[in-house]
Amino acid sequence: MSDSTLIINATYVVSAMLFILGLKLLGHPASARKGNMLSSIAMLIAIVVTLLDNSIISFQWILVAIIAGSIVGLLLARFVVMTKMPELVSLLNGVGGLASMLLAWSTVVENTDFTTIERAVIYCALLIGGITFSGSVVAWAKLSERMVGRPIVFAGQMYANLLLVLGVVVAGYLFSVQLDSTLIYLVIGLALLMGIMVVLPIGGADMPVVISLLNSYSGLAACAAGIAIGNNLLIVAGALVGASGIILTGIMCKAMNRSLSSVLFSGFKSVTKSEITIEGEVSPLSAEDAFYVLEAAQSVMVVPGYGMAVAQAQHAMKELQDLLENNGAEVVYAIHPVAGRMPGHMNVLLAEADVSYDLLLEMDEVNPRVESFDVAIIIGANDVVNPAARDMEGSPIYGMPVINADLAKNVFVLKRGMSSGFAGVDNPLFFKENCRMIFGDAKESLNTMIRQFSN
Amino acid sequence: MDTISLLFILMLSIFVGFELIRKIPATLHTPLMSGANAISGITVIGALALAGGSGGDYVTVLSAFSVFLATINVVGGYLVTDRMLAMFKKK
Repeated sequence: MSDSTLIINATYVVSAMLFILGLKLLGHPASARKGNMLSSIAMLIAIVVTLLDNSIISFQWILVAIIAGSIVGLLLARFVVMTKMPELVSLLNGVGGLASMLLAWSTVVENTDFTTIERAVIYCALLIGGITFSGSVVAWAKLSERMVGRPIVFAGQMYANLLLVLGVVVAGYLFSVQLDSTLIYLVIGLALLMGIMVVLPIGGADMPVVISLLNSYSGLAACAAGIAIGNNLLIVAGALVGASGIILTGIMCKAMNRSLSSVLFSGFKSVTKSEITIEGEVSPLSAEDAFYVLEAAQSVMVVPGYGMAVAQAQHAMKELQDLLENNGAEVVYAIHPVAGRMPGHMNVLLAEADVSYDLLLEMDEVNPRVESFDVAIIIGANDVVNPAARDMEGSPIYGMPVINADLAKNVFVLKRGMSSGFAGVDNPLFFKENCRMIFGDAKESLNTMIRQFSN
Repeated sequence: MDTISLLFILMLSIFVGFELIRKIPATLHTPLMSGANAISGITVIGALALAGGSGGDYVTVLSAFSVFLATINVVGGYLVTDRMLAMFKKK
């Protein structure tokens, strides 16, 4: 080992340690920012020390690429609005996957002398990277409504997919036994096609699962590329990201009471129309009248959903929270794991609106004491508060853990109309006696209540 | 290093990852994901040597583009994560 390789590898050890410590500090909101800082320092020293590599003879392209990449990254991070975080994460998943795919690609162009195992690993890097890239682009298009967000299913899809898997296996075998320079285009083409086919039939409520899964893939792609080029730090960092994505995917699936395979392969079963009829009538209420109930309330629970993000109602909600607190009421937020389009989406929006993080409660913390709340305000959430999941056997979402908002003394639902949620299921909550529908734009309705308080 | 010892490192890292990430509260899951985006930009260090090496134009173009993309992840990921985490306050 030459001196420079020794220094580089020793620094990688320090860097790996800092990545791990950074993630450890991310375990609490108070230390999380420091954790992110440590992680970025780990990255910085890894990059700087890598530049000592003896095989680098020209810095021209490196400099151009790093400067251009930094500018793009800076602009993205600076100007993204918090409601668009799912789109940004999706896009970055894809960019990471493509970077790993290109790295694996340039590795085989630079050197064709590999063992079969090494070729198989390079193949994995190409495949996972390609799938991550094209899959993330489709997910991004769905999230940003550049294409229809519903699952896309067509006749013969299963056979097409089987054929594709067969193609991937055959190409993998061929690539591993004999490296042919034209074969790589086929491999990349197959990988890209596969990414598209995997994400097309998934949509709607399952988007948080897809984003988490692609997040994991982007790490695994880096990991595979690391094994291919024999770089320890790529393996460690990639594995950390891969593990993180897998854990989040598991949490999302559990929160929807669905297995990963049913998310990936079956789409949402919209055809099973519930034959259960819901008794009762919907009772609308004006935002002005809602104020009188809120004024008398001692405790209020807010359940946000994707609709809050769409209406940008988080700031108005925070304003109402302050008024309620000044009026002597306790206000907490109950957040379902799959509320919004990605894990933790609602928490970020509320943090942006300056809501203290200790008021953001998880479903399991809030459910045991739901009965004690005078008012539950549901903003743009639907399936995550649907009591059918609890007591209507045969409902497509039966068994999914939900926030039992219907057990609160009064329930206000802020909603545009009577449309159903992602799952396409009617919500018996709206027909309950203690429930009042406040129709209209959520932000407008909240502002009306705020005005009433000020008078 | 031979592939088997690399797989050892992989196995251990995955276990460390699982143990660490399990402890991260739901409220921080979005910053966790964007932070993970940044970490997956580690690909940059693999691509650097190839982008500055003597592998020919084809290799340089591919790997320099890889450096570019990975840098977007690193810079964009860390900055947006920091921007989010700065908003999490306790009053």
